[in-house]
Amino acid sequence: MLKDLSWILVSAALVNNFTLTLFLGLCSFLGVTGKVSTALRMGAADTFVLVLTSVAAWFLNRFVLGYAPYLRIIAFIVVIAALVQIVEMFVKKVSPTLFRELGIYLPLITTNCAILGLALFQTNRGYNFIQGVAFALGAGLGLTLALTLMGSIRERVELSDSPIFARSMGIVLIIAGCISLAFMGFGGLFSS
Amino acid sequence: MTATRAIEDFVDPIWRNNPTFVQMLGMCPTMAVTNTVINGFSMGVTTTFVLVGSAFFVSLFRKSVPNEVRITTSILVIAAFTSLADMFVAALAPTIYKALGAFIALIVANCVLLGRMEAFAQKRPVGRSVLDSLGTGIGFTLGLSCVSAVREILGNGTFAGIHLFGPHFQPMLIFMLPPGGFLALGFWLLFLSYLKARKKGHRRVRLWPVVVTRRKVAA
Repeated sequence: MLKDLSWILVSAALVNNFTLTLFLGLCSFLGVTGKVSTALRMGAADTFVLVLTSVAAWFLNRFVLGYAPYLRIIAFIVVIAALVQIVEMFVKKVSPTLFRELGIYLPLITTNCAILGLALFQTNRGYNFIQGVAFALGAGLGLTLALTLMGSIRERVELSDSPIFARSMGIVLIIAGCISLAFMGFGGLFSS
Repeated sequence: MTATRAIEDFVDPIWRNNPTFVQMLGMCPTMAVTNTVINGFSMGVTTTFVLVGSAFFVSLFRKSVPNEVRITTSILVIAAFTSLADMFVAALAPTIYKALGAFIALIVANCVLLGRMEAFAQKRPVGRSVLDSLGTGIGFTLGLSCVSAVREILGNGTFAGIHLFGPHFQPMLIFMLPPGGFLALGFWLLFLSYLKARKKGHRRVRLWPVVVTRRKVAA
């Protein structure tokens, strides 16, 4: 049981990293990784919403969507939008400084495909409640790791003297490709 | 609606504001389903369908939707059309449905769509919005096809399933694997901004420094 859970967690965080091997949440990966501090905060906010979504998706699957499977996409996106709204109000009430630091990134989590992707994958794989939470935690950790790595490399790239036409997103994507290549090495982690 | 403005609405998102290469939106499907040309192209067509359909309805009801709930409304309309597209593809082309996996359902979270609704369809009449989203869809399909062509030709030696090279072709497997998506789009972007720099008159811009070496920082 515990082995199973840790497998789900590590697999979601490293082997099937949401950003680098499944290509989910790339907008924030390319958009808000200009600085490490922002990237870290974004990762933390993402992880929080991922775990909440996983719980909500489990409840939806268990009690509602069995009767109306064709409403799956609409139900998930509405629940995610509502969750992000609640988290936003909660953060605003509890810690106004954190709210100001996260700024526009908080509401944008709604259209982060990692969140919806998590809900869909969890449904497809038939995870139970605890497995779902482990999956969400792993995915969140993986996202945070990818965002932080990218942020710290981009801080360096800003300072380097690259050719004039490479000072755009092109070089960022090549870097992302290299990080992704490194992450493929984790594929051998669970070969047996 | 004048003819020139209509053409402008239609052509601008295909070329000058291409969603993939210029706006850098909708990156997830651009990387995830572009391992073959057929997958990339059908993803583009599906997205175009959702885009045009939701732009039509969002634009039609733009005056009756209050400002506070406009994002939620757009998302719901997009989600409805995505569900439709999901069922259509599952019924009409099961093999493509299997290849694209969860990414058809993930069209909801594609920022191209919400971006077009926010920036265009919510403020403009139906005809212009439909033209604009049709152009955006075609531009997106073009972007996906370009990326997937590179990946399929280099990674598998085929184009849309047709073998291009002889039996001794050694495929660059990396372009079929996840990193290949990033690399293929990255090389496209570098190439396009190289062309742009050339056009601006930077005659001395060369491609090789990226591949071979980096210039020293001038002290």
